[in-house]
Amino acid sequence: MTDKKARLLQGNHACTLGALAAGVRFYAGYPITPSTEIAEIMSEELPKLGGKFIQMEDEIASMACILGASLTGKKVLTASSGPGISLKQENIGFAAMTEIPCVIVNVQRLGPSTGGPTSPAQGDIMQARWGTHGDHPIIALCPSSVKECFDLTVTAVNFTEKYRVPVYLMLDEIVGHMREKVVLPNPEELELVERKKPTCAPHEYKPYATDESLIPEMADFGTGYKWHVTGLFHDETGFPSNSSQVAERLMSRLMNKIEKYKDEICMWEEIQTDDAELLLVAYGCTARSAQEAIKLLRAEGIKIGLFKPKTIWPFPELPLEKLAQQAKHVIVPEMNLGQLYYEIDRICKDKAQVSGLFKANGELITPGEIIAKVKEVLS
Amino acid sequence: MIPELEKFFRVNKLPHIWCPGCGNGIITRCLVEAISQLDIDYDKTIVISGIGCSSRAPGYMNFDTLHTTHGRALAFATGVKLANPELTVFVITGDGDATAIGGNHFIHAARRNIDLNVILYNNNIYGMTGGQGSPLTPTGHFSTTTPYGSVDRNFDITKLAIAAGATYVARGTAFHDKLLTDCIKKGVENKGFSLIEAITMCPISYGRKNNFATPANMLEWQKNNAINVKAAQKLPPEKIAGKFLIGELHNEPYAEYTAEYDKLIAKYQEGAK
Repeated sequence: MTDKKARLLQGNHACTLGALAAGVRFYAGYPITPSTEIAEIMSEELPKLGGKFIQMEDEIASMACILGASLTGKKVLTASSGPGISLKQENIGFAAMTEIPCVIVNVQRLGPSTGGPTSPAQGDIMQARWGTHGDHPIIALCPSSVKECFDLTVTAVNFTEKYRVPVYLMLDEIVGHMREKVVLPNPEELELVERKKPTCAPHEYKPYATDESLIPEMADFGTGYKWHVTGLFHDETGFPSNSSQVAERLMSRLMNKIEKYKDEICMWEEIQTDDAELLLVAYGCTARSAQEAIKLLRAEGIKIGLFKPKTIWPFPELPLEKLAQQAKHVIVPEMNLGQLYYEIDRICKDKAQVSGLFKANGELITPGEIIAKVKEVLS
Repeated sequence: MIPELEKFFRVNKLPHIWCPGCGNGIITRCLVEAISQLDIDYDKTIVISGIGCSSRAPGYMNFDTLHTTHGRALAFATGVKLANPELTVFVITGDGDATAIGGNHFIHAARRNIDLNVILYNNNIYGMTGGQGSPLTPTGHFSTTTPYGSVDRNFDITKLAIAAGATYVARGTAFHDKLLTDCIKKGVENKGFSLIEAITMCPISYGRKNNFATPANMLEWQKNNAINVKAAQKLPPEKIAGKFLIGELHNEPYAEYTAEYDKLIAKYQEGAK
């Protein structure tokens, strides 16, 4: 599947290779641009590995289907884009509530509604965090290169198996469709995580009881544990309860899973930030324009750096806060009308001046536009 | 409770939430009775439901059980069965769950002929939310959202299932419990998509508004208006008009989805010839 040779790969393709390398053996999906290549490649590759692909009747069913498969012990993934991701929200909430591991790839396109099917955007950042109703835990990762599409898909699968939280992989049309030369690791170099399974006797099994890890052990359906899964608030036996204390306990454990493991979950890169008086915060395809802008601005002697979150939810708050202390200005270019900006402004506003560079018309933000914004801020 | 059926229930979760006079207990008993008479591994038996009164049944049943989102039980069940075809999968759903919000999943699961055993508890009403009209509320009948009588035409869900590709389709009632148990058993024996419509009664939300004074009147209505499909073959049309058929309505085997997918794997899996 992977070898040490350099390959020319598309982002969506790298994502499928990452999924297969991480052990994904079940995919359910529905055709939608610009994520369709992921379904097409999975339909071809999964049977070769003894895995299963199914094209479901709609996006809602695709999400439901992977959760059913995950309950039997399979590592699962689905992919979609804008309108499809909106439809999946119902069962993403179910996954968060019942703690069924799953990865959702969102190859973002311009919204709202049908919007711009082949135009890139970063407009689903807040949807990833709050798309389904009610408070709930979520993890969202955001690659900005083809290699990162591979790496972060592996990480996404590992995270969902470990924490039992739904994990979004937030691509965008540019990252999903661009081709780059990449060298992929050999399968044996990858560290893979398997979900924790119960070792107790079935009659002793409490499916939602946890130790200090806060992550319950999960029995595969069909192995005699005879447990109950429900989207209702439930106690540690898994059965529904109307008690407000039970609801509060479950809600706080679900949210605390993220809080407890934030340091492991949060990934970011700092590029030329050591002496940076001006800081760009950019992710996904926009981070690429930011890097080019930094190169050109540095040549002019402007001390500018980039903070690139690879995990956007939970947001790597502390490292950004630290950088903001030394920077005078923080600029957030994003391909929406200001979404992650609000999170960054919240973190940085007492330390630096925060401004946004927003665009939501289906065009990418160019290095030139970033340079112009930087000069405006400096003037 | 019948002692030999006790092991199929989570007895400590009883009594159930259903209203006095509800037929869901009878249907659920028929289901576990069918399971008890079949040669299946109880550890590998999965019961999946959507949302609504009937969808609470799996919570009382001693298997791996999955109470999903409204209308989506069949989509979850498709994932469970395709991921592990060794499992025997039952889907418990209601008329609103299966034929309204879950209608699309219903026809596509039938089309694929995936080996799922669907027990559709038909009480002609949305019971859990207090008695709104469903796609199986008969035209002219009353509910909290059809206060002047339903204008909508109701589905015959068995005909829809047959047209969509289900390979085993049958109907029983809470009154005709032995027949219902037999239909469920045959449905499980069918390697493919099986729909068993179980006519149950909701005296509180449906009966009260539609001239059924007691739950017993509703059972009596089932008795008087059901005609066994075999008997119907010998009756003139005027004797069948206005009645409904019970028993095995359709049994036409066809290639089962997960078995076909396994053949594909055998052909294309790395290392295969």
